[in-house]
Amino acid sequence: MKLKTFTGGIHPPDNKQWSSHKAIEDCPLPAEFVVPMAQHIGAPAVASVEVGQSVSKGQEIGSAKGFVSVPVHAPTSGEVVAVESRPHPWGTSLPAVVIKPDGEDCWSTDLQPGDPGSLTVDEIVEKVRLAGVVGMGGAAFPAHVKMSPPPEKKISTLIFNGVECEPYLTADHRMMLEEPERILQGVALLQYVFGAERVVIGIEANKPDAIALLEKECAGAPVEILSLQVKYPQGAEKQLIAAVTGREVPSGGLPMDIGVAVHNISTAAAVADAVLFGRPLIERVCTVTGPAIREPKNLRIRIGTPLSHLVEVCGGLTEDPGKIVLGGPMMGFTQLDFDVPATRGTSGLLLLRDEDVDRQEEGPCIRCSRCVQACPMHLLPTTIAAYSRRDLLAEASEYCAMDCIECGCCSYVCPATIPLVQAIRYGKAAILAKKRSS
Amino acid sequence: MSKQLYLSSSPHIHSGDSTSKVMRAVLYSLLPACAVAVYFFGPAALTVLLIATLGCLATEVVCQRLMGQPVTIADGSAAITGVLLALNLPPSSPWWLTLLGAVIAIAIGKQVYGGLGSNPFNPALVARVVLLISFPVQMTTWSSPTPFGSGLDLVTTATPLGEWKNAVMLTGQMPPELQSGMADYFLGNMAGCIGEVSALALLLGAGYLFYKRILTWHIPATFVGTVVLFSSVFWLVNPDKYPNPLFHLLTGGLVLGAFYMATDMVTTPVSTKGMLFFGVGCGVLTVLIRLFGGYPEGVSFAILLMNAATPLIDRYSRPKTFGTSRQGVRS
Ligand code: SF4
Ligand code: SF4
Repeated sequence: MKLKTFTGGIHPPDNKQWSSHKAIEDCPLPAEFVVPMAQHIGAPAVASVEVGQSVSKGQEIGSAKGFVSVPVHAPTSGEVVAVESRPHPWGTSLPAVVIKPDGEDCWSTDLQPGDPGSLTVDEIVEKVRLAGVVGMGGAAFPAHVKMSPPPEKKISTLIFNGVECEPYLTADHRMMLEEPERILQGVALLQYVFGAERVVIGIEANKPDAIALLEKECAGAPVEILSLQVKYPQGAEKQLIAAVTGREVPSGGLPMDIGVAVHNISTAAAVADAVLFGRPLIERVCTVTGPAIREPKNLRIRIGTPLSHLVEVCGGLTEDPGKIVLGGPMMGFTQLDFDVPATRGTSGLLLLRDEDVDRQEEGPCIRCSRCVQACPMHLLPTTIAAYSRRDLLAEASEYCAMDCIECGCCSYVCPATIPLVQAIRYGKAAILAKKRSS
Repeated sequence: MSKQLYLSSSPHIHSGDSTSKVMRAVLYSLLPACAVAVYFFGPAALTVLLIATLGCLATEVVCQRLMGQPVTIADGSAAITGVLLALNLPPSSPWWLTLLGAVIAIAIGKQVYGGLGSNPFNPALVARVVLLISFPVQMTTWSSPTPFGSGLDLVTTATPLGEWKNAVMLTGQMPPELQSGMADYFLGNMAGCIGEVSALALLLGAGYLFYKRILTWHIPATFVGTVVLFSSVFWLVNPDKYPNPLFHLLTGGLVLGAFYMATDMVTTPVSTKGMLFFGVGCGVLTVLIRLFGGYPEGVSFAILLMNAATPLIDRYSRPKTFGTSRQGVRS
């Protein structure tokens, strides 16, 4: 049978063999946690603790500001040793609460398990919000916002993203293999919240063990396990929806406009923790991998763990890295050093060597059309990038620059090594800025 | 860590492909055709190949030096232009004609527009057509093939297409024997430009490019398909006057044109739809020029005309952006 997919896309080597067979390990506590207040799309949280105060595990240390915002919690019990700006993975210094663990790691007593049978939809959504749950696939969009669509947008299809199409990353794969119950509890809760008729878990066909296991676990349940063609970016929201439903999210629209909601499988597990056990999102699974790390691992890390600690736990570096990437190689962002902490969106820490980093010099576009064939949004990347670079913003947006999902397929295939995504990203930002100022 | 790292925009990995790798593959794919040319036309073909290639490389160096730009002959594109130009010249071309062609191709066909990627017309074809118009005698003096070891000298003759055109103009009828040598035409045992004679060798090279995913089927298939279909119409109407589609297919520069000249990335549309349109346009124009134009051969003119239309085609063949079809339902 031909596996479902979208049109366009690329086939980079998946490089998952480094860590796909490694069971998730609990990462030991570091000497110090740096918990950033800004970890999600939307207004950052505001620190609600003071230096010297002792906190317990799961206690709120930053409160949400506004609807598209979530609170932040202590990753362990200990003492607040600083509330100040610290280097942040986004590239600047941002407010953070620094906690010195006391080693007890004891949970806050405020946390109450819930009984899903007696909770209303609104109560579930509120519990998810209070637990600080955000999309864990990388975008880190607050989950409760996605869970409260306007009443006229009826969600008929609920899709769970277990695709994990970024090369190197295996955190979601291991989650599906090792914690299917938590995931399926979350799936059931979200199905209840949305009242969706069709529930699908989409998984790339390169994880046959996860597909088989979830199929077994879901036998009899109204949940479809759909194995999808191995292709990047199969896990991008719009491409996943196209593969599963055959429908395209309208340009400028949202999945809910066509009655679809997508959640990551790890987000589902976090929802289950929040609702059933009252546990806030203070940890996640992160793949530490790449050719420059001694021992690649899938680690369960607390939010706020400094990257240097992760490197240490994985046996250190084999050589000076050529690039430090947070997230996957296609969409992750680079870091200058290991002094920043992991956040809720940190799905991976990838250490590339010099030789893994392409440093060819950029040449002129030879119009080979590879970027056009690869673009999953069916754009003309070469044209948009050329317009963006010359600040011809009207032309760039006329060629649908704003529809670019920044997946990087075009840059990956370009033989002239033109930084297409970078140019388009710049163009998009300039178009937005112009719109705002006018 | 001792070393300074740089921040950079995603993606952080690359396919590893490069312009020079692409160009090198194209050069390799032309080797069979060059070998066949040397086999049939001997040292004459070799001379043309060498002069054209070295001439193009030298012109590129001179132009870039004069304009104070970095010399980029290592990317392989000038060498390709040289080989393609040679393949588009008669084996008997005098050295000065070949060299002139090389200078025209690179200087006027490419560098005046700003070099690789910016030229609107296929540089080798620009040179060929300029030479054809300026030096019609030298450009249409054909030699019959004399395979190695046959001990014959190059003898002046006509190409099958030229013979047909003359016969039709003189008598209104096509000589029947013209349509009987298909196997020879296919292998390359006919008069013509250095590189157009052997469809077999060209297809071999094209196969390699398909395998390397440098060539897609869109332009060659629509080009050849359109020529076959469109010429069939005329042939069916009057088989005495118009040659059959196979004759069109195997003689003249159709295979060379469809697989190597019309597929020049720089001068053709970037979208799939645009490529299909481009191929069909080339096919229609080729047949019209061959049957009704002043020259027996129409491939070069057809491709250049379509090159000129490429910006227009690009503008009107934009792929439909994801999510812009009606009601979000994939059409
Ligand atoms: S233009 Fe945007 S959406 Fe298209 S391939 Fe490039 S990054 Fe991806
Ligand atoms: S892949 Fe690069 S060289 Fe090819 S058309 Fe796109 S921008 Fe131009």
